[in-house]
Amino acid sequence: MEDNRPLEDNMPFENNRGPADHSHIKGWGIDADPKNDPTYPMKKRTNGEHEGYTWERPTQQPVNMEILHSIERPNVTAVFGTAAPLRGLSGAIRRMAFKNSENVYSHWLPLIMADRVDMVEGIIDDFKHGKIPNIFAEKGYVAEWNYNKTGLLARVAIVAGITAAVVLLARSNSRD
Amino acid sequence: MLAMNYRGPKRVRIEEKPMPEILHPEDAIVRVLRSCICGSDLHLYNGNVPDTRVGTTFGHEFVGEIVEIGSEVTKVKVGDNVLVPFNISCGKCVFCKQELYGNCHESNPEATAVGAIYGYSHTAGGYHGGQAEYVRVPYANVGPTIIPPGMDLDDAVLLTDVVPTGYQAAEMGGIQKGDTVMVFGAGPIGIMAAKCSWLFGAGRVIIIDKEEYRLEFARNYAQCEAYNFEEIGDIAVFAKKTTDSLGADVCIDAVGAEAAGNAMQTITGRKLLLQAGSATALHWAINCVKKGGIVSIVGVYGPTDNLVPIGNVLNKGLTIRANQASVKRLLPRLIEHVQNGIINPKALITHRLPLEEVAEGYRMFSNKLDNCIKPVLIPPSAKI
Ligand SMILES: [Zn+2]
Ligand SMILES: [Zn+2]
Repeated sequence: MEDNRPLEDNMPFENNRGPADHSHIKGWGIDADPKNDPTYPMKKRTNGEHEGYTWERPTQQPVNMEILHSIERPNVTAVFGTAAPLRGLSGAIRRMAFKNSENVYSHWLPLIMADRVDMVEGIIDDFKHGKIPNIFAEKGYVAEWNYNKTGLLARVAIVAGITAAVVLLARSNSRD
Repeated sequence: MLAMNYRGPKRVRIEEKPMPEILHPEDAIVRVLRSCICGSDLHLYNGNVPDTRVGTTFGHEFVGEIVEIGSEVTKVKVGDNVLVPFNISCGKCVFCKQELYGNCHESNPEATAVGAIYGYSHTAGGYHGGQAEYVRVPYANVGPTIIPPGMDLDDAVLLTDVVPTGYQAAEMGGIQKGDTVMVFGAGPIGIMAAKCSWLFGAGRVIIIDKEEYRLEFARNYAQCEAYNFEEIGDIAVFAKKTTDSLGADVCIDAVGAEAAGNAMQTITGRKLLLQAGSATALHWAINCVKKGGIVSIVGVYGPTDNLVPIGNVLNKGLTIRANQASVKRLLPRLIEHVQNGIINPKALITHRLPLEEVAEGYRMFSNKLDNCIKPVLIPPSAKI
């Protein structure tokens, strides 16, 4: 009879160490170093750290757009990204979030909220530019269709079923 | 140029975007030849990382050809083929000098804990990433590393994150000869961490996941033991039973924010976003490690608070080591390992897609369709 107990029940309290000879594993022990105790990066300290924020800073990238910076630092870093400038309501929420340090929830939670607002602003923006977002394609459903037809169909069926049930329920209520 | 464009949770598309420009004298522009989708892109894709802005191009794992350089770039020239570490580092600040390239203080204005990362949330600096035809590469004297002649681009692209991160996970474990190492998560990083644990002389390597196809892959690729946590019952009991009741010497969390396996963590961490992701793997790592052992974290968590069993960390006297990989520091050694056939990175690649199919790529990787371990994107301007 098949034993269906979880694996752990069948195991005795002992170390199944496996083979002591690891010669079949290419490179075994090649980087072994008894001094590889958890001291990195401390062993790389130069005492330069004690000089604080005094290094010769790289050239400053021109700050010609609004860049939020952590209030735990005095300035914008020498370089920064310009991927998605602040905009609209989401931008206003992000600005608020950056009044608080990275140490508190009131910094992070508004940022997550702003992300959701940003998503809606993105859809509005698409429409403004005469572009109807193809949600089916953006969600990669083609791949789901190719490799997980049954799962996708089941999900569609569930949604259809719920919709049908809601419609039926609404109809039966309206008859009362 | 064509580039991926994030539109909100689980929505990405390919779009024409303006060509990147030199914005700083140490910038370079790179024509992308290969880019990957990474497990940490999925945290962004699912909308779990704060300040992930609509319009951003993801992709922190890429290789390409330098096509333009700024006036202060001296270490690389137009025409060089380079692999670009995922961290953006200045090379001058106190952290870069300590070789903490993942913690540069001159690349990410938005946060102080972490340095900048290509194509990530704006809390990592707001840079576009490499899932595009072209990308801006700041501090080109520091990051980009010339791909050694003869090295396969598929190997090179995995040296931008997966190999160094897996290797550093093992390194941070302080593995000593004969140690038992337990790795949580059999994604590309976990598999690489398991593989590299042997290089540090591990006596036993165990990997834990719930997807059978990933476990099978790990068994073959990393020559380690692989177990399905849905079959082994209580993971801490399992860990003790298989290690003379003491626990593993080193535990590696290679999962991060999107761990499955604990309903409470899933609800608070992944659904309600009240903590920086579900800390299930970290929880398990802390509870499975031997007293005095080492927990090494490379799984990415969002920056908000986490419900971790921190009391156990104190009581067990653990050393926890965690960081984004210091790619540049590790590259010389890892390139050697690849060239000597000790690590074979490209074997992790299961899917190669044209950049235009980026939405399908994300869906496949995220839903683990077609036994996907690691997808690579190839832009139309790169010859396959
Ligand atoms: Zn990555
Ligand atoms: Zn730096």
